[in-house]
Amino acid sequence: MKEKVEIRDHQREMRAFRLRLGLSAGFILFFFLLLVSRFFYLQVIQHEHFKTLAENNRISIVPITPNRGLILDRNGIVLARNFSAYTLEITPSKVKNLNKTIDELSKYVEISPSDKRRFRRLLDDSHSFESLPIRTRLKDEEVARFAVNNFRFPGVEIHARLFRQYPDGELTSPFLGYIGRINDDDLDKIDAAGDTANYKGTDYIGKMGIEQSFEKQLHGTTGFDQVEVDSSGREVRTLSRNPPISGDIVTLTIDSKLQEIAEKAFGDFRGALVAIDPNNGEILAFVSKPGFDPNLFVEGIDNQSWQALNNSPDKPLLNRALHAEYPPGSTFKPFMALAGLQLHARSPTDTISDPGYFELPGQSHHYRDWKPGGHGMVDLHKSIVVSCDTYYYGLANLLGIDKIHDFISQFGFGKKTGIDIGGELSGVLPSAEWKMKRYKQKWYAGDTIPVGIGQGYDLVTPLQLAFATAILASDGNAYKPHLVESVRNSKTGKIEKTASAFLYKLDIDPNYLADVRSAMVDVTKPGGTAPRVGEGAPYEVAAKTGTAQVIGIKQGEKYVASNIQERYRDHALLIAYAPADHPRIALAILVENGGHGGTTAGPIARQLMDYYLLDKLPQEKVNQEKINAPAD
Amino acid sequence: MHPLIRRLHRTLSNHIDSFLLICTMILISLGLAVLFSASDENLAKVGSQVVNIAVACVVMWAIANVPPHQLMRFALPLYVAGLVLLIGVALFGEISNGARRWLNLGITRIQPSELMKIAVPLMLAWYFDRHESALGLKNYAIAAAILLVPVLLIARQPDLGTAILIASSGFFVLFFAGLSWKILGGLFVSGLASLPILWSVLHDYQKKRLLTLIDPSQDPLGAGYHTIQSMIALGSGGPVGKGWLHGTQAHLDFLPEHTTDFIFAVFSEEFGLIGNLFLIFLYSLVIARGLSIAARAPTLFSRLMAGSITMTFFTYCFVNMGMVSGILPVVGVPLPLISYGGTSMVTMLLGFGILMSIHTHKKLVKT
Repeated sequence: MKEKVEIRDHQREMRAFRLRLGLSAGFILFFFLLLVSRFFYLQVIQHEHFKTLAENNRISIVPITPNRGLILDRNGIVLARNFSAYTLEITPSKVKNLNKTIDELSKYVEISPSDKRRFRRLLDDSHSFESLPIRTRLKDEEVARFAVNNFRFPGVEIHARLFRQYPDGELTSPFLGYIGRINDDDLDKIDAAGDTANYKGTDYIGKMGIEQSFEKQLHGTTGFDQVEVDSSGREVRTLSRNPPISGDIVTLTIDSKLQEIAEKAFGDFRGALVAIDPNNGEILAFVSKPGFDPNLFVEGIDNQSWQALNNSPDKPLLNRALHAEYPPGSTFKPFMALAGLQLHARSPTDTISDPGYFELPGQSHHYRDWKPGGHGMVDLHKSIVVSCDTYYYGLANLLGIDKIHDFISQFGFGKKTGIDIGGELSGVLPSAEWKMKRYKQKWYAGDTIPVGIGQGYDLVTPLQLAFATAILASDGNAYKPHLVESVRNSKTGKIEKTASAFLYKLDIDPNYLADVRSAMVDVTKPGGTAPRVGEGAPYEVAAKTGTAQVIGIKQGEKYVASNIQERYRDHALLIAYAPADHPRIALAILVENGGHGGTTAGPIARQLMDYYLLDKLPQEKVNQEKINAPAD
Repeated sequence: MHPLIRRLHRTLSNHIDSFLLICTMILISLGLAVLFSASDENLAKVGSQVVNIAVACVVMWAIANVPPHQLMRFALPLYVAGLVLLIGVALFGEISNGARRWLNLGITRIQPSELMKIAVPLMLAWYFDRHESALGLKNYAIAAAILLVPVLLIARQPDLGTAILIASSGFFVLFFAGLSWKILGGLFVSGLASLPILWSVLHDYQKKRLLTLIDPSQDPLGAGYHTIQSMIALGSGGPVGKGWLHGTQAHLDFLPEHTTDFIFAVFSEEFGLIGNLFLIFLYSLVIARGLSIAARAPTLFSRLMAGSITMTFFTYCFVNMGMVSGILPVVGVPLPLISYGGTSMVTMLLGFGILMSIHTHKKLVKT
């Protein structure tokens, strides 16, 4: 113990303590130097890197959606425009109880049952982090009333948004289509096209028609605001602005007045009409009846309206001009006639005797003419004017299916026309090869016979039929049918005309064309199948009527329209062009269950031509009929 | 000067170490300036910090006027009271943010672990001083027990930051009391060896913090967020900083806790490397003064207290700046004299008060 006390002398203890203090000082120095080197690393060596990170934190890019381009008709009438409106929008992911919130909201802003239904549908189709409109077109006082109470509704906001509007509604839907909210499929396409950046901030995209096929031009270029944001993403201030460029203005070849006349002329009939300028392929009118109001889709359609449209037996959503196939019926005959002439199967003066039916040698099956007892002696001219079936049964048999196919496909049958909107069907122009592919069956001679009169496997879209008629009208010059005349580039202000639509010229003897034309002109004269089309017109009209069977008539049975349910009655068809010598308009009309082409489709064609060629409005005529009506 | 004022001045400054006071005041003023920026120019917040400072200064002055041997008398009761409260917390404490740290005494809520920051080193210094004449291994073992009981109780709350700070403040007492190098070496080795065991008893959030230290980008919006954002603040500050009130990380709210534990990130973003060097320089002056007071302290108790207080102060500085700059895990340790908050300010200045007491009463003893 004594030793121990001696060791513990004060001086030594102090030295030991001070040594440890010194060591501590060294320890501190070491760790402070460690810190300093860390600071040097972060603040000098890595400074640029962290500066960028801080900037990325701080600066956010906010897209500015461009105004969608206008769509005009050929005369500058606006067919699709934008309007700005306040919308009340809910971000579902930020709202706890959606139903309760909507109920609460309806105390300040009127929310109708249809608004709620529409919102439900949007909800099903969207992501919960998207801001979805519950009400659009708020009134100013509604905006004010909500703004005062905004704080009570987290996740609910008022936005000023641009909406698409189609002033002519149903009238223009067959070719304009519509825009709708971007869905996952659209997003995939946008990503695939590398347009993701340009669609930041865009909620809507063209879904059909011109809106879809000219989406790229109509959309415009999205602008960007560089804004400083805080950590919760709130904007603090704008640093710079890169303004958006509006979408291009698309001018169509459609004459909206002509479109309106055509649409009205259908009355309550269902059907389709396509009118083309045969000199350049410009589509003047493009009708599908009944239509639907495309404005419904812009703000998001509610389930009930959607179901109503989708389940209606009138199929208003079906684009009959483009996406429906019908047998061409007798409108096919002028093309058959040309095939016979050009392929030297029959000369214009060759005559056949029509007993009212055609039989294949060695078979008992009767291919009946529409006229019991037949038309007597029939040459080419008469075969068209009276629409003799027997003549074409025989001609089809003479030519055989593959020759028919090869010749007539030049008129665009059996393939897409390449119109500048999507959704087109290609119809059917049968051939032996086609049947083998489609049904794995060989072609029988009996299959060829009804093809001669546009029945059997023959199927066309009204657009195809109009295209073929336009080729006929222009003496074999084929122009691709198109709806867009020009696009005005919003950036440069340059107007870009659609490139020449000329496709090819058919190699057909002009004399044969003249023979067919003169017969088609006589179709519209007394004694023809469509006398009302030409009656009293100061110009000559070339036309051909057609009737397409909806149901088959058994051997020995007779077709009596009044015995058959309206929906199973024959479709009426008509192709026509005028003036016959220098055609300016070619058209094809289909009237579903319209019976005979001359009777129901004829007046429609005439009204169109009168307006287009003479600037004559059909009103006068309609009024005349009204005045005359009680007298009948 | 009027004699009355002179007397007042003497009474006030008699036991104040002016060097330490000046350094402290510069740091505190710097802290207020940073707080003004970090709180988005909130004068009310700066005002309430001024009140904290005033209270802390009064405490410092009061403690500085108590001679060290008087302070020793508080050691045992303070320690026992702290321990009882800690046990109380463990049994009846209130849970907030997943940790049981607070004790509701009916009148007020207290966090006994704060008390232990002073009570533990005080107790240990007192204990060593009492047994100065014959320090044996047994004494170190008892000291270790005195230290470990509260540390473990606090670590269990869980409050790892405070536990580490108290453990280190106690360890420094042991170290300065002359804990043999052999034992130190042994502690170091067994410490390393027990790391895996330590790892297994850590809470999940604590493990996560350690893991994110290695790679903060693993969980950029979760546990790594604090570290990533504070590193961005530091790094983007660059050599000279973005200028006072111009730090974007803090002002746009990207930095968490930017008036308290992460205030250094704001300082560093706005004043850059130069500011950091200046801050470390100031801290070094304070530490140097503390060490020199310790070196000249007359009694074992005062040496141990001065040494421990100074080293603990350094530990605060290093852990906080290390955490903000991403070399240490995120633990709740404030930046001394700068971070907003009354408790830490009082604790710091109380410590300085003891330093001043040790320094000034030594002179009085001599004369």
